[in-house]
Amino acid sequence: MKILTGNDLKSGAVVWWDGRNWSLHVEDACDVGEDAAMIAAREDAERRVVVPYAIEATVDADGRIRPAHIKDRIRALGPTVRTDLTLRPADPEAGTWVI
Amino acid sequence: MYQYDRYDQQMVDARVADFRDQVRRRLDGKLTEDQFKPLRLMNGLYLQLHAYMLRVAVPYGTLSAAQMHMLGTIADKYDRGYGHFTTRQNIQYNWIRLEDAPDILSELSTVEMHAIQTSGNCIRNISADHFAGAAADEVADPRPYAELMRQWSSFHPEFSYLPRKFKIAVIASETDRAAMRLHDIGIRIHKNDAGELGAAFYVGGGMGRTPMISHLVREWVPLDRLITYAEACLRVYNRYGRRDNKYKARIKILLHEIGAEDYAAQVDAEYQHLLDQGVEPPFAELERIRTFFADPSFVQGLSDGVDQSDQAFAAWVQQNTHLHRMHGYTSATISLKPVGGIPGDATAAQIHLMADLAKEFSFDECRVTHAQNIVLPHVEQRRLYELWQRLDAAGLATANLDNIGDIIACPGLDYCSLANARAIPLAQKISQRFADNGKEAVIGELKLKISGCINACGHHHAGHIGILGVDRKGRENYQLLLGGSEGADTSLGKITGPGFDEDGVVDAIEKTTELYLAQRQEGERFLDTYRRIGMEPFKEVLYG
Repeated sequence: MKILTGNDLKSGAVVWWDGRNWSLHVEDACDVGEDAAMIAAREDAERRVVVPYAIEATVDADGRIRPAHIKDRIRALGPTVRTDLTLRPADPEAGTWVI
Repeated sequence: MYQYDRYDQQMVDARVADFRDQVRRRLDGKLTEDQFKPLRLMNGLYLQLHAYMLRVAVPYGTLSAAQMHMLGTIADKYDRGYGHFTTRQNIQYNWIRLEDAPDILSELSTVEMHAIQTSGNCIRNISADHFAGAAADEVADPRPYAELMRQWSSFHPEFSYLPRKFKIAVIASETDRAAMRLHDIGIRIHKNDAGELGAAFYVGGGMGRTPMISHLVREWVPLDRLITYAEACLRVYNRYGRRDNKYKARIKILLHEIGAEDYAAQVDAEYQHLLDQGVEPPFAELERIRTFFADPSFVQGLSDGVDQSDQAFAAWVQQNTHLHRMHGYTSATISLKPVGGIPGDATAAQIHLMADLAKEFSFDECRVTHAQNIVLPHVEQRRLYELWQRLDAAGLATANLDNIGDIIACPGLDYCSLANARAIPLAQKISQRFADNGKEAVIGELKLKISGCINACGHHHAGHIGILGVDRKGRENYQLLLGGSEGADTSLGKITGPGFDEDGVVDAIEKTTELYLAQRQEGERFLDTYRRIGMEPFKEVLYG
C-alpha cells in the first residue's frame, strides 16, 4: 500500500495523510493508492505541508500501518536515541517495530 | 575576541529583516517551497527527518560566555532543551519551528551571531585550530586571518553560487588539529628563516564520497596578499569547477582532473592578474582585527604543576588538558562524550554552565572543536581542580579525549534526511563496551569516527577506526575502515572487507583493538601499529 507523508509547514513536524487531514500519527495514515500525486499537489498548494510524497507501507499482524523503509519508520517514531522526544515518550514499547 | 563594527552588525541585522519577510511570505503563500528553500538554506534552516533544523555558525569555533549563554537560551526557549555541536565547530538545533526562525536569528544577532554560511554552495563558516591563541606550538594566533577571510567571504557576490560548497580551515602550528588537509583550502601560517610570517596554501582536500588529501599549491604567500591569493584559488575553481555533476563539483575533483601543478599554474596567473586589481584589503584592516585577539590579562610568573593526588582528577588532567604557551596555564577540554551518551549533544543547562565556566575560568572565552567537544582555552593550573569539580558535578568531566570513547558521530539516521544508517546508537554501544571492559585507558589514543552515509560528516575516512553506515536492502549495515588520520600525518582509512550489522561491528572493533594490544610495540598508538603491520592481520581476526 501507499501512504502520504510530509512535514507541517509551520512546525516542521512529520505528518501523515489520513484521508481528510494530516495526522501526527502514522497509525492514522490511509492507503492513497493511485491518488498520491493528486493529493500531494493539492495539499502542497494549500500550504499546509511541505513537499508531501508517497511511500510504501505495510499492515502488521495487529492491523497497524507501518512504513516499509527504516528511514520512514524512524520519521514516524522520532529519534531512536531520544525516546523521551517521541510521540509516546512514556511507552517503552512504542518503538519496538522501528528497527 | 573579534567584536562587530557597525558594518558587520548592519549586515547581520539586514539579513534577519530580509529573512523575516521571506518567512512571512512563505507562510502567506506568496512563496512556494521551491522558491523558499534556497532562501531558508542561506540562513542555515534545513528541513530534516523530523523537523526544521537550524545550524548556527561559530566562526573559527570561538565563543564568548554571552554567546554560549545565548546558545543555551535558544535550546531552552525554541528547541527541546539541547543542542548538537557539529564536526565543523558549529551548533545545530533539531526541533525548530519555521515561524520562530526569524526571532531566533534576531536574538542571535544581539550577541553577534548568525546562521549565514552554514549551508549552500558558498564559502562556509571558516574553521580553525581550537587551541588557537593558547597552544605552545603555534607561531601565531590563526584567528585574525580566519576573521579576515570571514569578512572577505561573507556575501562575496562572486562566490555565493560556487559549483559546490567550499570549506576553509586555518592553522598556525606544525601539528594540525583542524583536519586542515581535508578541506577545500587549508591554510597554515608559518615562519620563514628570517622570522617572517607567511601562509602555505593546501588545496583540494575533502571527505565525502570521494575522499582526497589536499595538495600544497604554494608554500609561501605573504600575509598582505592572503586574500588576493585565496581569491585567485576560488576564481580558478569557479571558472572550471564542474557544474554539470554535483558529485564531481568539489574543487578536489578539479585538481584531480587537471592535476595540482596545472591548477597551481592557473592560480598563479590569476594571482598575478589580481595583484594590481585592489582585491586585498588594507593591511591596516588585518592589524585592526589583530587587536581583538590580543592576549588576555594573563597572570605573569605563575609556575607549572598541579596537585594530582585525587586519582579521578589526575586522569582528567592527563587526558583532557593541553600544553599552554603561558606558564601556569593550560587549555582544558570538556568532553561531550559521556559513557553511553550522544556525541556532541549538550543540554541547555550544560551549555549555560560551560558559559559560566568560560567566564569564571577562561577570560570569557570557549571554543567548539571539530571533534564535538568544548575547550576552555586559558585556565590557570592552580584553579584546575576547582574547575574539574564543577564539571564533574554536572557530568562533564569524562576523561577520554582522543580515546576510543571520544567518538565523532554525525546525527545519522536518527535525525538526518540524507543518512542511510544510524550513527549515534553505535557510538553509544562502543563507548559503553569499552567502559565496561575497562580497556579504554589501556588502548590509549584511538580516534574512532562514524558517519551515517557517504557524505562523511562524521569524518569516517579520517578515523584511526572509521565506520560508514550504509543501506543494504533496507537494513543498516556498517563498513569498517582502518588507518585514517586527520592530523599532521593525514591519511585515508581503508575498508577492511564486508560490512557488519550493528552488534557485529561493535564486536569487530573489540577484536581489532585486541589485535592491536597483542601486537603493539613500546609507545605505539593504534594507528602506528596498523601502519607497521598493515591490514592483513586485522582482516584475519575479522574474517578469518
